[in-house]
Amino acid sequence: MAMLHSRPTWVRKVGSPGYVIQHSQVFDASNLRIVLHSNLGSGCREVHRSATPSKSVSQCSEGAQQRPVSVIRKIRESLVRREKSAVEVTEAYLVKLREQEPHVRSFLHVSEKALQDAQELDRRVAEGREIGPLAGVPLGVKDNLCTRDMPSTGGSRILQGYYPPYDATAVAKLRSSGAILVGKTNMDEFGMGSSTEGSAYQVTANPWDLSRVPGGSSGGSAAAVAAGQCAGALGSDTGGSIRQPASFCGVVGLKPSYGRVSRFGLMAYASSLDVVGCFGNSVMDAAILLEAIAGADKNDSTCSPQDVPDYTSNLLPIDDLGSKPLAGIRFGIISETIADGVVEDVLSAVKQAVTHLESLGASVREVAMPNFSLGLPAYYVLATSEASSNLARYDGVRYGPRAHGEEVMSMYANSRALGFGPERRILMGTYALSAGYYDAFYKKAQQVRTVIQQDFKNALEEVDLLISPVTPTAAYKIGEKVNDPLAMYVGDLMTVNVNLAGLPALVVPCGLAKGGTSGLPVGLQMIGPAFREESILRPGHIFEQTLPTSFSAPTLVS
Amino acid sequence: MAMMLRACPLARLRDVHLVSSFKGLSLKSNSTSVSFSAVQVTPACKKLVVQPMAAAGYKLKSHKASAKRFGVTGSGKITRRCAGRAHLLRKKSTKRKNRLAGKRWAEMASWRCLELARGVGTSILFREAAALGSLKWKRTATAAGASQITNCLHSVASNSKREPRPVKTRVMTQERGSGETQTTADKYEAVIGIETHVQLGTSTKAFCSCPSEYGSEPNANVCPVCMGLPGALPVLNAAVVESGVKLGLALQANIALKSKFDRKQYFYPDLPKGYQISQFDIPIAEKGYIDVDLPVEFGGGHRRFGVTRVHMEEDAGKLIHAGNDRLSGSSSSQVDLNRAGVPLLEVVSEPEMRTGLEAAEYAAELQRMVRYLGISNGNMQEGSMRCDVNISIRPKGREQFGTKVEIKNMNSFSAMQKAIEFEMDRQIALLEEGERIKQETRLWEEGSQQTISMRSKEGLADYRYFPEPDLPEVVLSQEYIDTTRANLPELPDAKRRRYESLGLSMQDTLVLANDSDVAAFFDEVLEKGTEVKQAANWIMGDVAAHLKSIKLTITEAKLTPASLAELIGLIKDGTISGKIAKEILPELIEKGGSAKGAVESKGLSQISDPAVIESMVDKILADNVKQVEAYRGGKTKLQGFFVGQAMKASGGRVNPGLLNKILMAKLNG
Repeated sequence: MAMLHSRPTWVRKVGSPGYVIQHSQVFDASNLRIVLHSNLGSGCREVHRSATPSKSVSQCSEGAQQRPVSVIRKIRESLVRREKSAVEVTEAYLVKLREQEPHVRSFLHVSEKALQDAQELDRRVAEGREIGPLAGVPLGVKDNLCTRDMPSTGGSRILQGYYPPYDATAVAKLRSSGAILVGKTNMDEFGMGSSTEGSAYQVTANPWDLSRVPGGSSGGSAAAVAAGQCAGALGSDTGGSIRQPASFCGVVGLKPSYGRVSRFGLMAYASSLDVVGCFGNSVMDAAILLEAIAGADKNDSTCSPQDVPDYTSNLLPIDDLGSKPLAGIRFGIISETIADGVVEDVLSAVKQAVTHLESLGASVREVAMPNFSLGLPAYYVLATSEASSNLARYDGVRYGPRAHGEEVMSMYANSRALGFGPERRILMGTYALSAGYYDAFYKKAQQVRTVIQQDFKNALEEVDLLISPVTPTAAYKIGEKVNDPLAMYVGDLMTVNVNLAGLPALVVPCGLAKGGTSGLPVGLQMIGPAFREESILRPGHIFEQTLPTSFSAPTLVS
Repeated sequence: MAMMLRACPLARLRDVHLVSSFKGLSLKSNSTSVSFSAVQVTPACKKLVVQPMAAAGYKLKSHKASAKRFGVTGSGKITRRCAGRAHLLRKKSTKRKNRLAGKRWAEMASWRCLELARGVGTSILFREAAALGSLKWKRTATAAGASQITNCLHSVASNSKREPRPVKTRVMTQERGSGETQTTADKYEAVIGIETHVQLGTSTKAFCSCPSEYGSEPNANVCPVCMGLPGALPVLNAAVVESGVKLGLALQANIALKSKFDRKQYFYPDLPKGYQISQFDIPIAEKGYIDVDLPVEFGGGHRRFGVTRVHMEEDAGKLIHAGNDRLSGSSSSQVDLNRAGVPLLEVVSEPEMRTGLEAAEYAAELQRMVRYLGISNGNMQEGSMRCDVNISIRPKGREQFGTKVEIKNMNSFSAMQKAIEFEMDRQIALLEEGERIKQETRLWEEGSQQTISMRSKEGLADYRYFPEPDLPEVVLSQEYIDTTRANLPELPDAKRRRYESLGLSMQDTLVLANDSDVAAFFDEVLEKGTEVKQAANWIMGDVAAHLKSIKLTITEAKLTPASLAELIGLIKDGTISGKIAKEILPELIEKGGSAKGAVESKGLSQISDPAVIESMVDKILADNVKQVEAYRGGKTKLQGFFVGQAMKASGGRVNPGLLNKILMAKLNG
């Protein structure tokens, strides 16, 4: 049928045209090392050949040994003061993006319209018209958020070349706030994975150590922010897909409460767990981004109509704070997350963070959540069940490539076999919902979910905020866990419960583990009560501003 | 890219051969050409086989006017009614009337040309098709050409592969009451349950704001939500819940204060999301019933049928098969998603019906109900109301149900009744032969008047229901339900009871209450103080007849209840005669205005002044001296002549009673 066709694959350009040609290979874990090397060499040459590096490239990678700064505010202020134009800022980021891309490979598509949008914005500034809170800020958007002008594939072959006819609500809100969208970031197929190795197109590398994974599924977004390819990025979090990569890449990641941000236009993985969130270089940036995307949406009936508070006004400059800015705040560290199975480096980083929090005046105690370990299996039953249903629409009938079949059922089977990577999860979910198994799996998992929600509620009555490590380890090597799905699933242990309970959580870098050239970042997870994002943003801000360690990924191109 | 779908036009539809046996006589299609390519009766198959050619995507339907008037005998001859049995019967002897009452063979010369394809202009001589059934034409057809014969033989062969039509074991419904004929059918009874999908008349779809319209260009009313595009989310249309609650209340069912939506999952190209949003374990309404008054001509009576549940769901899209109107044999299929996401209420009955008539009446009452409530147009042809019948047969007196068979594709109540009766015959015949009944879904074929097997249902499909995570629970307050209940209109059953109490006959009651608009009109006429029987007679008689002839409904006509009441009032007070009233009625219906105004503007008021009449009579008598003499000579039948003359002279306005009195006085005196 003529109604369906896919765009040719070469539309998916990354970086400059010269770069595309050499990069058009398909990577998998086994040949990755070699490819990396070849890219390192040629990539450098490419960078030298191309583009005019701008003075402001250093903007985001500077600040070593300095406090995290709000890149977004800086850009906006420079725009308002007419120190820089939006075009200059965008160009600088695009140069950096192209320079880093051969190594990091965090983008699936780079916008051709970014500079155009920046010009438009400059006109607004010149005319003295009002500009939004994100004016001129170059942002990356995870590929499972629909964008009208860029392909949106969810990292899957089955949506190759798919241009949605509409913008996701979160994306539309970014645009109306004046943000410049520079591209779509890589991800595990439909969010199903924890390393970005599950992308159908490419494997993203961790900017701290190119042989390591950036985490996932929003690995592309996290790596892009860490590598300075964009000033911030949107991601989505179903079981830790924002927090784990934020921790692996040493950036701030914010998973809002379920229902805080509209899911309209987010390709559903597990509808009752999915949340759109954001990455930034600082807690302030994450807060600004959240404020931009949060709020009720008539297109999403699971989105809360609650008002969006002012998240940034409480985030005062560090000089305005007293010596004990966290005095009176009770932190509880979840006992189950610092037990066996967590590597020493991570533990010590978290312990240092605890000490640091105490030095800021907070009280920290251990809180036991006995049902914590039940969360992981429950999560995998619920998430895969919903996924098996949500992914049913990718049948090759309306969009995406279609395989041939003698009759309709075989056409479905062939198209899906051709297009899908995460068959295991789809099968698991289908099985869990099948007649005779529903009660044993899905229903049970829902009961567990209720228990976990109750546990969190009780715990958050005892203390103000909960803290925990984000993952049991720091970033692991690419290919290390590809053939061991269970090991990868276990990596989600500390994050999935938060999704089951629908609570907001913030990840801030808190220390370094051994590995790479300059260590590997370790993040600290702060969990607050539902719809009380401000209650974690303020302590998170104070924590990062007072922490002696700085977290800038080592410069890749010398 | 997703929008490509929209730009895609309907493919050129290829003509194909369909085989259909010849019971409805002619076949018509809604808008594409149909022609008969070959017709033959072979000794092997006594049935007349016609091969209509129809464009795909359109149903072949029997030409109703012909189907009502003609019959086909077992040997393929065509019967018609004899002329002269309807009028002027007083002068015909009983013997003559009896003779005229019989059937006649249709002579080829007497057939009219019947247009088979509406609007397109392709028509065939009906007599050609019909007369081919006679011996004379069989020869001609055989001589017509070898290719056609082969064609025909092929079709006969494929036809004979079908299951044989079952022997009629069942007694016709009308005769059942007599209890005199004992047949095999009396040993069995049918257990019938009906699942009805009522398409709601909301202005937008169930979960998005696309217009919910019938008959738009394919894929004109679609958006990311109803196309199931990645990332799109459903948002419930409040009007759907309201409709569900209304119907639930009308069915006297329990309304769930908290219900939820679930996903029913299966793969089919007309289902864009790969699942249908429906309600599984907690429907909006449960445990209701429908009260039905059976038609008087079938013995009448009152029945109550239980309704298990009512739930809300969305419709799927529609597949258009190129090359054939069924999937099998088509070269490709296209998807029209205009219907995807259109809200439905599924009403599931208890298996409490026993005959086709009861089932049809249940469905008809449900249709009346949704129309009275204003939640759906209930149109079966357009598919706004679709009934799937589950039927099983068991020996009388046994508790346990037999194996059930589902029948689909009936687009009228009479089709429903016929399909059920056919299926009862088929199943009883199978049981009598000691065979097992297969659990399956069967399609009713209007053309051949039989059900054919569509798919086996042995292995039950697993729809993997689970709660729809994209939609919150539907929570209703008792107050909302109470308000809705208080605002319900008078329902058909209550209306019928009221009409009965007004003294109307059951027959009249059923006719008037059948259509909510007619009933509302009737009620308004009554409000104006008109006498019940008069109002009923006018509405069911002259008003209905004229509306039918100009193809308008009572709401479309300009006639207001007030002016009809006025008209009836004018007759009653003697201003006009009934005859005049009948004359001005068409104008009131077509142009509107008050009855008084029409009477006055035309000067039609009745002449009731004895002096005027007297002078008129005098003049007539003077002008017709011969007739007066004849009358007075004993030819009293001439009285009518004088009355006629008076009517003619006055334009029909003279008061008939008064005229008679004066005329007789003058003639006899």
